Amino acid sequence: MLSSIQNPRLLRLSTLHQIPLRCLQTSTTPVPTPSSPQPTSQILRIRKSLLSRETTAVEIAKTFLSRLRRTEPQLKSFLYVSPEDGVLKQAEEIDRRIQNNEELGPLAGVLAGVKDNICTSDMPSTAGSKILENYTPPYDATAVKKLRENGAIIVGKTNLDEFGMGSTTEASGYQVTANPWDLSRVPGGSSGGSAAAVSAQQCAVSLGTDTGGSVRQPASFCGVVGLKPTYGRVSRYGLVAYASSLDVIGCLGSSVADTGIVLQAVSGHDKFDATSSKQGIPNFASQFIPKDYLDSKPLKGLRVGVIRETLVDGVDPDVISSLQRSVSHLEDLGCTISEVSFPSFSLGLPAYYILASSESSSNLARYDGVRFGNQVFADELSTLYGDSRAEGFGSEVKLRILMGTYALSAGYYDAYYKRAQQVRTLVQKSFRAALEENDVLISPAAPSVAYKIGEKKNDPLAMYAGDIMTVNVNLAGLPALVLPCGFVEEGSSVLPVGLQMIGAAFDEESLLKIGHIFEQTLQGLLELL
Amino acid sequence: MALTFFRGIKTCPLVHYPSAYFARKNGFFYCTTGSTETQFATQEKQQSGDSKVVPKTYRKSPDKLLKDYEAIIGIETHVQLNTSTKAFCGCPYSYGAQPNTSICPVCMGLPGALPVLNSKVVEYAVKLGLALNCKLSMDSKFDRKQYFYPDLPKAYQISQFDVPIAIGGYIDIDLPVEFGGGHRKFGITRVHMEEDAGKLLHTGTGNYSQVDLNRAGVPLLEIVSEPDMRTGIEAAEYAAELQRVVRYLGVSNGNMQEGSLRCDVNISIRPIGQQEFGTKVEIKNLNSFSSVSRAIDFEISRQVQLHSQGQADQIVQETRLWEEGAQKTITMRKKEGLSDYRYFPEPDIPGVTLSEEYVDGIRSSLPELPEIKRRRYENMGLSMQDVLFLANDINVAEFFDATIANAADVKLAANWIMGDIAAYMKNEKLSISEIKLTPLELGELIASIKGGTISGKIGKEILFELMAKGGTVQGLIKEKDLVQIVDRSEIEKMVDKVLADNPEQLKQYRGGKTKLQGYFAGQVMKASKGKANPKLLNQILLEKLNTET
Repeated sequence: MLSSIQNPRLLRLSTLHQIPLRCLQTSTTPVPTPSSPQPTSQILRIRKSLLSRETTAVEIAKTFLSRLRRTEPQLKSFLYVSPEDGVLKQAEEIDRRIQNNEELGPLAGVLAGVKDNICTSDMPSTAGSKILENYTPPYDATAVKKLRENGAIIVGKTNLDEFGMGSTTEASGYQVTANPWDLSRVPGGSSGGSAAAVSAQQCAVSLGTDTGGSVRQPASFCGVVGLKPTYGRVSRYGLVAYASSLDVIGCLGSSVADTGIVLQAVSGHDKFDATSSKQGIPNFASQFIPKDYLDSKPLKGLRVGVIRETLVDGVDPDVISSLQRSVSHLEDLGCTISEVSFPSFSLGLPAYYILASSESSSNLARYDGVRFGNQVFADELSTLYGDSRAEGFGSEVKLRILMGTYALSAGYYDAYYKRAQQVRTLVQKSFRAALEENDVLISPAAPSVAYKIGEKKNDPLAMYAGDIMTVNVNLAGLPALVLPCGFVEEGSSVLPVGLQMIGAAFDEESLLKIGHIFEQTLQGLLELL
Repeated sequence: MALTFFRGIKTCPLVHYPSAYFARKNGFFYCTTGSTETQFATQEKQQSGDSKVVPKTYRKSPDKLLKDYEAIIGIETHVQLNTSTKAFCGCPYSYGAQPNTSICPVCMGLPGALPVLNSKVVEYAVKLGLALNCKLSMDSKFDRKQYFYPDLPKAYQISQFDVPIAIGGYIDIDLPVEFGGGHRKFGITRVHMEEDAGKLLHTGTGNYSQVDLNRAGVPLLEIVSEPDMRTGIEAAEYAAELQRVVRYLGVSNGNMQEGSLRCDVNISIRPIGQQEFGTKVEIKNLNSFSSVSRAIDFEISRQVQLHSQGQADQIVQETRLWEEGAQKTITMRKKEGLSDYRYFPEPDIPGVTLSEEYVDGIRSSLPELPEIKRRRYENMGLSMQDVLFLANDINVAEFFDATIANAADVKLAANWIMGDIAAYMKNEKLSISEIKLTPLELGELIASIKGGTISGKIGKEILFELMAKGGTVQGLIKEKDLVQIVDRSEIEKMVDKVLADNPEQLKQYRGGKTKLQGYFAGQVMKASKGKANPKLLNQILLEKLNTET
């Protein structure tokens, strides 16, 4: 059921600004602001208010920090929050630059959260694992370095499922993050902390990572925009590897424009990542045409393919109806809609879990207690390895290491790893074919809305099945954008539904353009209903 | 870097032996497997006492018994490349640096760090692949070889598994004359690129070990031979030829003492005529070519003895260590089945694609390789002994080539280099590139002697001056007024004077004591300050001694 709220995202924002968080659970009458009905770019708003001297970077930082302090005890989105004086000092520097009319980076004064599996030289980077407790890397990840160079202020490190392995943040070695829309529900994962933090406006934007949907599914659950770029678009240097051939750093924001601006900042070839692409980076911001300048059919001629296999049994009927309404909206915007059949779609999930587990079993072998992180005193080398790892890793991580080790073992390699690679090739071919006939493909971002904390904790297969919508995209290395497209009433809660748009390799530009127009015209859709 | 405290690490004392012993029992090591560099020259002397050490069992095994068996020997060689930076990061590597001073997040395997392939590694691999007559894989890739060990920071080694950069080549060698000579061709199964591991430093107490990651990530080429060798000498010569090739190519210093070239030998025996192979035993810790040779000979007799005594079942698949002191192999670890390295394609490094142009470019830049050089020297009419000596060390070979490029007499140039020059280098502990003599001047010297400007004796004196201080032959001749006296009348005058000054001896000579001729010749030569043309001198002297009777 779609709620009667006209633009729930405004409710969320205004609520968090004014009312204590728990009120979210007993949703009250919204207070829409007629002057600004659509989500607008916070980054651009911050920039405008700074340049016009309407406010200062210090003021903005203080507002975010106080909200963060107020909401964090319930949300638990952050594993580490930067000391206030450090954040304010960076904000002061930006104000000083403004005073002196010096050049400002595109992200000047923007408070950003960074997922804790991305290395920061001035903050611990644990990847949500006890095995890296208190570990602070000696270097910044390239994406973090670029954020800083563009003027962003890193406000802290966000919670995640250990090493990115999970879909709820329940597998974090430290804490479970709550969904700001309903504190009894999961924020999704693994970038649950990053999504919840943006959703609750603890920070303006955040970096997440996406190996099988870890940016997109939490974006969907938390009602924010999540962008998973093409594999190779953003350097992985400093991203604590889970599955190297699938891992991508992604952006979360409260508008499509924000994710595009962050992507612009962090993209590009990096000599420290041989898999980063030398593909040119278009000016993503040029896509963000204000609503008033759009004509009646702004997406005329755009070919949109709906993946049939994503609207089947097992997918929440409310999610399906939200998607169907999105389809009609896209049609209204001038798109040509067709249905795409994707026979290999369901094979993607097992293939993904075999490949990701295999790679993770290798990537996580370095956590042996010898050089950094948790070390258990032992008399024997094998005991040192065994005990340090047994103590440091959580059960989900152990499960995947075991699966991966098994899949790569002599005698099983061909049956598992090799076959999964064949499926991967098949998936890539299917996408290529589908994207030749369509400009974008759409599907739900997840088969359901956010579920209760603990609901799937003891049923890993049910949790894995929740990744069905997203994993194929990682296998193909394609870019995908998730943005809110509707809302579902679950008891007393109103929960967002995310729409996933999948584009051709390195065509984030189209996704951002379509997503922006979709988002800016969403009000019309909701009014219709 | 963390000191790591753990007790009871089962370690292999590989590469911890200070240096290789050099047995002189095989003269051939001098001419082929040794180098003309200092280390060699000194060690040879020190170790000459070891030459009588013959493995005990070897002595016991009657040759007859050995003749009933054949040994199947294959070698895996790791060559450390001398690229200016490591294989996957920008750290330099220098042997013997303070522990953990040449490391970065990448070679330490820190979370989030990624390897980026050093293109020089590919270039060097292609060079060696071509030099070993291999077929190159135009599309190869890297794989992860996974195992836990404290010197392996990522817990996997980036290596190449099923698509090595080069396969199916061969290497030509000439066996030393002392061992009957002969030409051999040994197959090369594959050449692949990989990274080295760090080093463990064990404390005396054994309470803890320390990890030095300076060497972690240093590029290696692993060269796997076909099991084509049959004797220790053949194996040692194979390894020596590989060393020559990498040195000729300039891709590695090939230094066994520093571990830049490491050989692991696989060896099995079978009765002659039997088709199936025997059980394979691996030998490690071979730090010199002579230890390769001796370890194999020891291992062959050990296995033959077991086999002939009906104890073939005691030859088990294992890794054995060569103990230099005891001159025998001992069990290091028994193999419990095949270890599973769970290889899979390295996702952090894109595939390595070679273009025809790239390969052609490298092919055309290859230097003349040892085998080609030897054949060329042979065709010049040099003896195999000379050929092997000259071609053994790239620097010597280049010196020789530069000398004869100045039209110097080939045989004379070879003799000078192998004789006085080699002796001088040995005494002074210098390499040929360190002596002050240039090939140009050696050519000049040879020409001056041949042309009669100076005598051979004076040539020798000048040579030492040239090697020690440098300068030119012409300059020295002028400076010291050393031009040979070929003027007949001038020599006659000196002869007359000597005869006049020694009437007693002259009388004795004419009385039949003709061997006094040498005495007179010496006196004349002395009077001429060594400059008289000896041939002319003797001719005149004889004439004068005899005609005045």
